[in-house]
This record gives sequence, structure tokens and C-alpha cells, in this order.
Amino acid sequence: MVTNFLIYGLVNSAILMLSAIGFSLTFGLSGVANFAHGAMYLTAGFIAWMLINYLGLSPLVAMLLTVVLMGILGALIYRIILMPVRGIVLSEVISTFALGVALIEFFRWKGFTSFDFSLPPFVKGSIEIFGVTIDYQRLIIIGIALIIALFLWYFTHYTNTGLALRGMAQDEYTALSIGIESDWAAMLSLGLGAALASVAAVAILPLGIISINLGYEIFLIALAVSVLGGLESTLGLFVGSLILGYAMVIASTYLGPQWGQVVYLGAIVIVLAIKPSGLFGKYKELEERV
Amino acid sequence: MRTNLSHRKERIDRGIKVRSDDIFVLASMRDLLYVILPKAIVILAMLILPLLKDVVGMYWLNVLVTTLVVILLALSWDLLASAGLVSLGQAFFFGVGSYIAGYLSFKFGWSPLFTIPTATLVGSIICALFLYPVLRLRGIYFGLITFALPLLLARLIEATKVLGGTEGMSALPPIPGMTGKLYLLMFVVLLTLFGFRRLISSNYGLVFQGIRDNDRAVIAAGYNIQWYKTQAVFIAALPATFAGAFVAHHFQFVGVPAFAMDYSILPLTAVVVGGAGTFIGGALGAVILMPLSEILREFGSLRVVIYSLLLLLFSIGLPEGLFKYVKRKYSQIERLTTMEEVKHD
Repeated sequence: MVTNFLIYGLVNSAILMLSAIGFSLTFGLSGVANFAHGAMYLTAGFIAWMLINYLGLSPLVAMLLTVVLMGILGALIYRIILMPVRGIVLSEVISTFALGVALIEFFRWKGFTSFDFSLPPFVKGSIEIFGVTIDYQRLIIIGIALIIALFLWYFTHYTNTGLALRGMAQDEYTALSIGIESDWAAMLSLGLGAALASVAAVAILPLGIISINLGYEIFLIALAVSVLGGLESTLGLFVGSLILGYAMVIASTYLGPQWGQVVYLGAIVIVLAIKPSGLFGKYKELEERV
Repeated sequence: MRTNLSHRKERIDRGIKVRSDDIFVLASMRDLLYVILPKAIVILAMLILPLLKDVVGMYWLNVLVTTLVVILLALSWDLLASAGLVSLGQAFFFGVGSYIAGYLSFKFGWSPLFTIPTATLVGSIICALFLYPVLRLRGIYFGLITFALPLLLARLIEATKVLGGTEGMSALPPIPGMTGKLYLLMFVVLLTLFGFRRLISSNYGLVFQGIRDNDRAVIAAGYNIQWYKTQAVFIAALPATFAGAFVAHHFQFVGVPAFAMDYSILPLTAVVVGGAGTFIGGALGAVILMPLSEILREFGSLRVVIYSLLLLLFSIGLPEGLFKYVKRKYSQIERLTTMEEVKHD
């Protein structure tokens, strides 16, 4: 029972972290709260499904292609939709939100709502660890979450591009004055965010069917994890998803399944009220309150 | 160095606008109409519409009720935004008003005559108390917390099964008479609209605008902005909680849908289309959008897609909003003027 709880809590945490990582990256680096994050996740799932079922590509190729396509789509969204309203917080929120709802409801209208819509897992089968049966896909999710977290940490700390993006997030004017282009940085961060959302989609969606309402749910989960951990902090993301992941498993096991949602929504409200920069966020503290 | 002539557009005030603005003498009937007509048309339309029950039918009168409710929520949003608080969760205020009115009449059997004023006043105080701890937050952070709050309350009511749980509270006493109901709503809308416009241009409202434009300067001027923001939330919550209480008795039902995202998004859409910061903008947006969304109903779930694409289009293409655009056309003319461009070779 305890090992069961430990392992499934870990899997849940990895799922949360993967879902949140794209949103957190975009918000942390360019300050755009991408309300279309859940819609991107959903779109990636359906694109992968269409590539596999209509074009007959092999799953792995289709998934890689999806990630690339979604990255380009994210950058295009910045160019076309966000650039004209850059800096006006309300307009940014409304245009990404409107785009997200339009995408999600478009899929609903197209009738993408049956049980046929599911992605194949990378590897079928399951394994027994400490007396707990767990399928390979869940193990792979943990692996991917770890690899991406490490990659991001390396990318934002040791590569020129990553450092430029972080510079932009810390102080836009100083970054501009040493020749980092604001629009380029924001476009890159949106593209990366969308690509990471689609990595999450192709890894997590094989666990169940692609349901339309995931589009709304994933955004709220991503918001909760990134707010709890603190923005633009990879460690915060890691710790935040562990806390929320286990809290959700505990709540839905002992209190009932509908309490899972209460946990992450409550986390958003409580953390924003007490410490809006989250557990590990640092340099946004002056901006977010007076 | 050479110069070449090119054209650019120039905007100047219409003569009639200048006259009616500055000279406080009744110059002509035309000047008077120019000033009064826009406001008079709005008020007259509002007074006449409820009487047309036989012409437009009950269905469209119900649409009118929803439109007026959305206008109230949009006005409330606009006042909050004028104090620098961008809310993404008008459903919070709406739901609080709804639940208080519903609970009072469901549990104690109060008549709507008492529940609606109580819910409006007590609900606004509760909203102000609830949001007091987060008023220090700025910009998007305040928006995010108001976005999550109504969703959280809805899930909590479902999970703890208090206040009727998922079934809600039904069979509440209705407000009798459609015409009287509409007039009550219209009266409140007009009162809020003109009251808020007056409030925000008074000295007191100037402090709100100061907080929106530069909060640190207002602190430096010796104002307690936390206290002013609390007052802004209280005042802005009044029309929204009233709308919630009214709808509770209109539908004779209160349930989790009172916290639904619709009540956050519809007023926001209305304000974006109509133009923020003018109060009338939100009303104009609601008057255009709500009937439109009813007409689009035959498209099924494609309705939401069209609706959100429209919203996207407006927020990118016309960020100032429809009202400011129309107002500019009404009071100014555009003409081409020549200008000299100097080029250095």
C-alpha cells in the first residue's frame, strides 16, 4: 500500500511537471501568461493522432514531427497574435484565452470526442517494482520529465541563448541595451513552450483517451504547479510538482476523487495570497505587489 | 538636401463639438441635439424595450435580461480596472450574490424584496473581505487569483455538499411581472452607469485612477492605497452581487453554475469589444454581443468558436474598443494635410 502510494504519487508528480513545464517557461521568460497552454497540449495530441491515423506515419516519427510543428505554431502565434498587443497584460490574456477556447471548441465541434482518440504508448507492457505493477509508459514519463528538467536547467544556465532569455526576463531594458532582441526572445520562449506542451501531450496522452476538457484542465494544473514552485525556477517546478502530485493523490484517495481538483485550485489561491513569487521565485518580487 | 511634399492624416474636432463644449449658451437646436441625442437614445431605448413584450416575444425579453446582467458585470469590471485591479473572475461576485440570496430565501423563506438588497450589501462586504488579503497583488497576479477563485468555490461546494451541493437550491420565489422586473434592472443599470461615470471623474475616483497609473506615486502622496482598493472592490461588487441575486430569483434556482466561467468571460468580452475605461463601452459591447450570441446558437458548438475568434479579432485589431472609435468619429473629422518631408542625401 505504501509503496503503491509512493510510486503512483511519483508518477502523478512527473505528469504534473511535464504538463506545467511549457507554461512555466513561457511565463517565466517572456511574462506572457499563455492561457492557450491547455489548448496547445490538446492540439498536439490531435495532430499526433491525425499524423498516425491519416498519414500512416509510425508513432515515434509522428510524435517527433508533432513537437516540431507545435514549436513553429507557438512562434507563429507570437508573431501574429501576441506581437500587436505585447505589453498590454489584459490584451495578452484575452487573446491567448480566446485562441485557446477557439481551438478547444473547434475540436469539440469537429466531433473529436469518442473513445477512438487515443495515442499508442511508446512501449507496451508492464513491470513489477517492489510488488507494484506499473506499465512502461508511466516509467518513461518519469524519465522524460527528469531529462527535460535537466535539459532546461542546463539550457538556461550554460548556453548563450538560455542566458539571453533569462536576461530578458530579469531586466528587459538592460538586456535590450546589450543587444538582445525582445521580440526574438519572446518568440523563442513561446515556441519552446508550445514544443514542451506537445512533448507532454505525446508522453501523457497514451495513458488514456484524449478528452476535450483536458484542454481547460491542463492549463489550471500548469498554473498551479508554476505558481506554487515559483516562476522561472526549475528547482521550484520540481518541488512544486512533487508537493502537488502527492497532495492530489492523498486527497483523491482519502477524501474522494472530486477533491483532487480542489487541491490544485486551492494551491493557486493560497500561494498567490501568501507568497506570490512561489517557493523558489526570486526576481519578480518587486513587480508583483506593492 | 531636398524636400518633397507628402500627405498625412490630421484629426480635428468638429465645429459643432467645439461650440457645444465651450459655449454654454444655447446656440441652436442642432447644437443641443448634438450633445443630448446619444444619451437620450440609449435611455429611451431602454425605457421602451420592456413595453414591446408582444412584438419581440418572451424569448427575446429573456435575452434582454441576460444582456442587462452582463452589462452590470461589465460595469463592475470596469470600475475595478479603473483602480488597477484587472479581474478575470466576475463570476466570483456574481456567485456570492446569487448564493446569499438563494440561501436566505431557501432556508428562511424571505421574499425577494428583502433577499436582493441584503445579498447586494452583505455580498459586497464579503467580497471585499475575501479579496482584502490579495489586494497587494498587481497586474496579472491579481487576475490569476480572481480567475481561480470562483472555480475553487464551485469545486468546494460540490465536494463538501454544503449550500445544496451539486443539486443547488431550487424553487425560489420569483420576482413577479416581466415588465416590472425589466424596469428594475434597467433602473439599476442606468444608476450604476451614470453613477460610476460620475464617481470616477470625482476627486475620489481620481485616487483610483492614480492607483491604476502609478501606485507608488499615490503611496508617496500619503494615501493608504490598500484601503482605497478595498473600497473600490466594495463599490464594484455592488452591481455584480445585485445581478447575482436578481438572476437567482429570475431563474428561481441557485447552484454551482453561478460560479461558471461564463459569467467571467461574457463581461470581459463585452468590455474588450466595447472599450475599457469608459463604462459605456462595456454596455455597448454587451448590447452587441449577447443578441449576437443568441443568433449564433443555431450553429451549435461552433458558436463558441466564432465567438472567441471575434473576441481575438477585436482585441488585436481594435484594442481601444468600439466605443472610443465611434466617439472619435462622432466628435472629430479626419482630413489629409500636406507636410514637408526633409531628406538628407
